Amino acid sequence: MLRASVLRLFSQPIRQTVYLRECLDTSAFPNTLKLYSTQTAVKEQPGTTVSEKEAEETRIGKRRPLENAPFIRELFLGRFAKEMLVYPEMTKEELEHLNQMVQPIEKFFNEGLDSKSIDVNAKIPDEVLQSLKDLGLFGQQIPEEYGGLGLNATEFARLAEITALDGSIAVTLAAHQSIGLKGILIAGTAQQKAKYLPKLATGEHVAAFCLTEPSSGSDAASIQTRATLSEDGKTFLLNGGKIWISNGGIADIFTVFAKTKVTVDGVEKDKVTAFIVEREFGGITSGKPEDKLGIRGSNTCEVHFDNTPVPLENVIGEVGGGFKVAMNILNSGRFSMGSSGAGILKKLIGMTCEHAVSRKQFGSPLAEFGLIQEKFAQMTITTYAMESMAYLTAGVIDLYEKPDVSLEAAIVKVFSSEGCWSCVNECLQILGGLGYMKDYPYERYLRDGRILMIFEGTNEILRLFVALEGMKYAGKELKDAVKIARNPWKNPGVAWKMYKKAVSRQFSSKKRNSENAVSVHQPYNSKLKLHQSLHNTLQYEALLLEGCTEAFQKVVEHLLITHGKEIISAQMDLAKVSNIVIDLYGMTACLSRSNRSYCLGLQNADHEIMLTKAFCKDATKRINTNLKEIYSGPVENNSENYEHIAQAVFKHGGYAASHPLERMW
Amino acid sequence: MSGFRILVGCKRVIDYAVKVRVKPDKTGVVTEGVKHSMNPFDEIAVEEAVRMKEKKLASEIIAVSCGPQQCQETLRTALAMGVDRAIHVITEPKEYESMQPIHVSKILSKIATEEKADLVIVGKQAIDDDCNQTGQMTASLLDWPQATFASKIEKSNGDLSVMREIDGGLETIKVKVPAVLTSDLRLNEPRYATLPNIMKAKKKPLVTKKPSDYGVDITPRQEIVSVEDPPVRQAGQKVESVEELVTKLKEAGLV
Ligand SMILES: Cc1cc2nc3c(=O)[nH]c(=O)nc-3n(C[C@H](O)[C@H](O)[C@H](O)COP(=O)(O)OP(=O)(O)OC[C@H]3O[C@@H](n4cnc5c(N)ncnc54)[C@H](O)[C@@H]3O)c2cc1C
Ligand SMILES: Cc1cc2nc3c(=O)[nH]c(=O)nc-3n(C[C@H](O)[C@H](O)[C@H](O)COP(=O)(O)OP(=O)(O)OC[C@H]3O[C@@H](n4cnc5c(N)ncnc54)[C@H](O)[C@@H]3O)c2cc1C
Repeated sequence: MLRASVLRLFSQPIRQTVYLRECLDTSAFPNTLKLYSTQTAVKEQPGTTVSEKEAEETRIGKRRPLENAPFIRELFLGRFAKEMLVYPEMTKEELEHLNQMVQPIEKFFNEGLDSKSIDVNAKIPDEVLQSLKDLGLFGQQIPEEYGGLGLNATEFARLAEITALDGSIAVTLAAHQSIGLKGILIAGTAQQKAKYLPKLATGEHVAAFCLTEPSSGSDAASIQTRATLSEDGKTFLLNGGKIWISNGGIADIFTVFAKTKVTVDGVEKDKVTAFIVEREFGGITSGKPEDKLGIRGSNTCEVHFDNTPVPLENVIGEVGGGFKVAMNILNSGRFSMGSSGAGILKKLIGMTCEHAVSRKQFGSPLAEFGLIQEKFAQMTITTYAMESMAYLTAGVIDLYEKPDVSLEAAIVKVFSSEGCWSCVNECLQILGGLGYMKDYPYERYLRDGRILMIFEGTNEILRLFVALEGMKYAGKELKDAVKIARNPWKNPGVAWKMYKKAVSRQFSSKKRNSENAVSVHQPYNSKLKLHQSLHNTLQYEALLLEGCTEAFQKVVEHLLITHGKEIISAQMDLAKVSNIVIDLYGMTACLSRSNRSYCLGLQNADHEIMLTKAFCKDATKRINTNLKEIYSGPVENNSENYEHIAQAVFKHGGYAASHPLERMW
Repeated sequence: MSGFRILVGCKRVIDYAVKVRVKPDKTGVVTEGVKHSMNPFDEIAVEEAVRMKEKKLASEIIAVSCGPQQCQETLRTALAMGVDRAIHVITEPKEYESMQPIHVSKILSKIATEEKADLVIVGKQAIDDDCNQTGQMTASLLDWPQATFASKIEKSNGDLSVMREIDGGLETIKVKVPAVLTSDLRLNEPRYATLPNIMKAKKKPLVTKKPSDYGVDITPRQEIVSVEDPPVRQAGQKVESVEELVTKLKEAGLV
């Protein structure tokens, strides 16, 4: 009934405000709705200074320090920060301004670009690079006082949707500002910022990020490049070689990571330090551009440093504090891969859709075949979840003074890189033979998108990172419980109870299924009461999310008890933990976003609700499978077999089975 | 003289790339939720004015847009392209549906007088209604000379020499300033509004006025009877030979 009134009203903003107010007055809706209504309500009555002030405070409230513990880490303890169910939003003015910026970039990317020739010639033409610089795209997050655009994370994410449409350009831009100059931005001194940022903002100077070396990829702490302090203590001499450096051949400014000798408590140690290095300093050579599978127009090459003098004042952060700088840089950039991926997929879904409705086989358009419909649905759900997670994460970054979203950003990166890969693959499949041809952009997007799972932290490393960081967080709080469980003789009473519980979980298969699978409460016996933060229409999904959260917390405890410190090497379990938490974040983001859309009556909000319901259903199925596998242990879930099979392959130096035609006699 | 004061018109229209749909009740086309942008010919007019300013031929550029609230977005684009300030003459969306070139011309001519403009540059036509009237009417109301369909504008002495696109060729005329110019497609290629300039444009002045502030009555004098889709083109046929073609044409009673 209420729903019907929304439908009738949703094209009229003024009435909609009235609708929201009514809901608030009758308390028919949860209090979170207030956040959406305040601003609209204020717009209507310019006289009401009091509520105006309130709204302003809510708005400025985005600069308060983070009060809550980080969302994903908290999930490991079964705690759910309900403010995540209030999807972040911009003010009307901010949005209009952002849309204004979107226009020329969209125009440029739709009309001024020949991505095919960039791919074929493996080079972005100089005029194109110049246009990108003139548009202002090289200084997106640099503050206005240094000549940049001063975009916040949400605005940056929005523009990334468009710049992602050409993979080579996207990576060139990302290498410059998401990693190349980010160190100066987040850890630089005032002098460093004043000296370097203005020219980087206009693109007069291009930046690169130099971490990877031949013997050091994922294991970034093992780098060999060395910086030795001169005798007068004023200059470091940099020596070593970096590989696969994006913009390595075109950059003027490099953020370089090198080992330096540091004395800690009287003991000399090698520690990583970050430096700002100008090509002008001398002793720098770049190799020839690598010939790559995708993002072929992005310049990737070796960079060598031969006694390059770097003044002491060019250290970023502290001497010996470089590893943390590197991790902070990487953590701060990853979230935008979600909007980039969504930007690509939204475009391809549109193009593929046109093909599916016009191409006929067996007398019908492809669009009428169930298997094709399934593909479109899956791609749309994935894109929706990707976009929802990306903007939720960006919103949190913008909302708090010192947000900790390192796990959230890693989740967005893993989900979106894999989502991109599988969805582009499906688009290509729907096109049939056409998709395989270079006259169409699908194969290029497939090749370009492949890098996303490798760089900025491989997806394996990031899965381990998310699971281990979360476990560590939970482990601290659960330390005592875990200790007792692992060493029962110290506290036999408590231990016996836990043991009984664990045994019953392990051995009674009936019970295992009921106790360890996700169970859905009724609203009245729900503990987290997530449904109270959401519209009634999402009540079931809210209860699903609660059930999944509870089951997740149990499995975390189970793993800590079974593995203890050895959890670090239980990689196959850790990946499952990560997969669960990725789905939990996806559910949260979809629920939060579609709830907002539905309550405000955005166009096609019904469709969003359906996407959310579908995502939650699929996610719960996946979570249940992961839970089952973890509880069933390495024998039943096959991980022990996997280990043995791999070991046999390594032992035999490759595929070890006999040829099927082989005979014994 | 320190350079011209130029007034440019910026109409907000449905974006040229959008597939226009007729409303079910046939009173007009669907505009809600549809991408809009600056009329491309007006973009050319703005670009020309900005180039004149860059060549120090112009001292100030003022952009005007008549229509609903969202026209301010169009004006912000003009400001980002290099216009100095903007005037938004606001109308109710309903009123705007029946607004005609004559209304806009009256408003433009009033503003031109008030602002002591030397030049008015508008697009030769808008891509939504294709009227091709506003420039001419404005010139008439101001009693200024006009140079329509301009594809090249140059200063010669105190006056302007304007190359016009006409049927079958180009014509160059001289006009005395003040004058009204309308831009044709080949006059120039408008620049992209860059992001730094969009940031700066946020701080440029934009004032809002009503038609009545200029004493202009925009009561409709026309009624839209029906808006319809163009007829769908019938599929063609292929013929094997000239004989067959002639036979078919005869059958259809065309020869
Ligand atoms: C096109 C391109 C551009 C790049 N740009 C830059 C740049 O600008 N700056 C820069 O510094 N670097 C850059 N890199 C390097 C990139 O960051 C590394 O390739 C990446 O970190 C992976 O390192 P690696 O290639 O050495 O792989 P390895 O670390 O050797 O990993 C190989 C495989 O083993 C897995 N693996 C590694 N360790 C573990 C573990 N402990 N447990 C389980 N699995 C593990 C990985 O996930 C991967 O699947 C770029 C690379 C490419 C291809
Ligand atoms: C590199 C290459 C080499 C080739 N070599 C040859 C060759 O030597 N000789 C030759 O004859 N052909 C050749 N082909 C053509 C190839 O066999 C076709 O591309 C293939 O049969 C698919 O047809 P299609 O591309 O027209 O896709 P479509 O038939 O248009 O199919 C498009 C998509 O719709 C799906 N689809 C179609 N019908 C249905 C349905 N009823 N229900 C559900 N889904 C459906 C398809 O699975 C596909 O995903 C080649 C193609 C390529 C790319």
